[in-house]
Amino acid sequence: MTDRHGIEAQGLVRVFKKGPRAVDGIDLRVEPGEIYGFLGPNGAGKSTTVLMLVTLLPPTEGSARVAGYDVVSEGPHVRASIGAALQEAALDPLLTGREHLRLQTTMHGMSAADRKQRSGELLERVGLTQAADRKVRTYSGGMKRRLDLALALVHSPSILFLDEPTTGLDIQSRLALWAEVERLARDEGVTVFLTTQYLEEADALADRVGIIDHGKIVAEGSPADLKAQVGRPTVEVVPADREERDRAAAILARFGEPCGSAAEGVAVRLRSGEADLAEIVRALDAENLKVEHLQLHQPSLDDVFLAKTGRSLEGAGDEEEVTPAAELALDRA
Amino acid sequence: MSNVFAGQVLTLAQRSVVRTVRQPANIVFPLVFPLLLLAVNAGGLDAATRLPGFPTNSFVAFALAIPFIQGALFATMNAGTDLARDIQTGFLNRLALTPMRGIALLTGQLGGIVAMGVIQSLVYLGVGLAVGVRLESGPAGALVLIVLAVLISIGFGALGAFAALRTGSGEAVQSLFPVFFVFLFLSSMAMPRNLIEIDWFRAVATANPVSYLIEAIRSLIIVGWDEEALALGFGFAFAITVVAVALASMALRTRLARS
Repeated sequence: MTDRHGIEAQGLVRVFKKGPRAVDGIDLRVEPGEIYGFLGPNGAGKSTTVLMLVTLLPPTEGSARVAGYDVVSEGPHVRASIGAALQEAALDPLLTGREHLRLQTTMHGMSAADRKQRSGELLERVGLTQAADRKVRTYSGGMKRRLDLALALVHSPSILFLDEPTTGLDIQSRLALWAEVERLARDEGVTVFLTTQYLEEADALADRVGIIDHGKIVAEGSPADLKAQVGRPTVEVVPADREERDRAAAILARFGEPCGSAAEGVAVRLRSGEADLAEIVRALDAENLKVEHLQLHQPSLDDVFLAKTGRSLEGAGDEEEVTPAAELALDRA
Repeated sequence: MSNVFAGQVLTLAQRSVVRTVRQPANIVFPLVFPLLLLAVNAGGLDAATRLPGFPTNSFVAFALAIPFIQGALFATMNAGTDLARDIQTGFLNRLALTPMRGIALLTGQLGGIVAMGVIQSLVYLGVGLAVGVRLESGPAGALVLIVLAVLISIGFGALGAFAALRTGSGEAVQSLFPVFFVFLFLSSMAMPRNLIEIDWFRAVATANPVSYLIEAIRSLIIVGWDEEALALGFGFAFAITVVAVALASMALRTRLARS
């Protein structure tokens, strides 16, 4: 049986009416207190997976347990254990932030005193106390996302689902949300299942990452492990005098095998990893070769995606994006 | 009814009212448009009161029943559109993830419609009295009239909610509006059924439930206590409400198909 704070799925499949096989046999295990990043392009099946795990969409095949409860037969228990901020902050533009919290706490059956206290705490935590009595239509994207997060936390869930929580946010809002998610996992032991199409988000936040493409998980592991699977770092050098490109290539060849680079530079995949960097600088200096640009490239999750799917994550989501609400609307119309 | 359930219903009803109040167009049009139409009809069709057998010598009194139906149509279309927007934006999903019972959502939504129905009825009645209409059924009749108008609002509101829940589309809900208006125009809205000379129109108006809703309200204004008209009016309003609420409940169950 899954731990009370964990997530487990086996052979999860979802086929939409007249639609594609959006999720195609996913196996998952998310440990308690872990931040699990579910990374993939638009249309990969991330949101559909979340909808099944939060009990809003029944799986076509397979099974899943969230917080120890079966998502099909024990839906109310699952919902009582989780908080969810689904794609696109689902807020009423005509209500204020405080009214949203009042509505949400009432729906969770809290007493008037608890409602007031919890709303105050959460508004403070997400930095919306000053804006609490303004209508949501006057909020920025970041404020909406923070309110969305606060609403997901009203009943102190042990598992939090965040579906693309930072899409469309400026960098400052994104960093603030990352900090709050990290704090929730670190200080409160909340398990976080986070979908994203941003490599840097998965890299910065997630303890483990699952990469999904066309409804299947194509790679899974910690960001460091996944990148290590792809290969060693590369060093690219652009000589100040472009005529010395061959000489630069000869020096770099001592440290690794050539690989792709910009037209005016040379690059090698390092044999001994990034520890060679200092030696390379010394060798270039010893040969009196002036360098305009020198850069160490660590393998990225995009490299992992490229290696596993043959495509770059950037721009891979050429399928028309369907929001969770739209998916449900289509399925239930 | 548990305290939790009551609190959920009350909060959802409050939201429904607050949302309406914060969209002035959703208040102004349901109030003003029916009254404007009443003014136009009363001015243009006043001569109809001289027809032999016309039940009153005041066309304003005769036509005052119409705004109650039109107002209910406007308000319920707006409420249905708001519900469809909740589906489209995912707000309904947010509610679905709470322990809220589906019936609380529907009751809350209809509670907001009741509140708007009472306000509209008071305004129409107030305007009628202000322009000299005398309510033949007296103060008790005013109360019964408001109850009937609210029941009609609930019935139409549940139909709007059904359309919203079934389609998830505000446009689909709005498209019902002309259909309802056709029912209204093909009723005894502008002329008593016994004075309609065109046979097919009289037959359609007789088969049209909206005629009986209007005639029940009208009877309280110009007749007094007409038991048959009231029984038919309340009967049809109740039947429409029961069917519509049942349809909306089924659609809500499908829409909130959480496990």
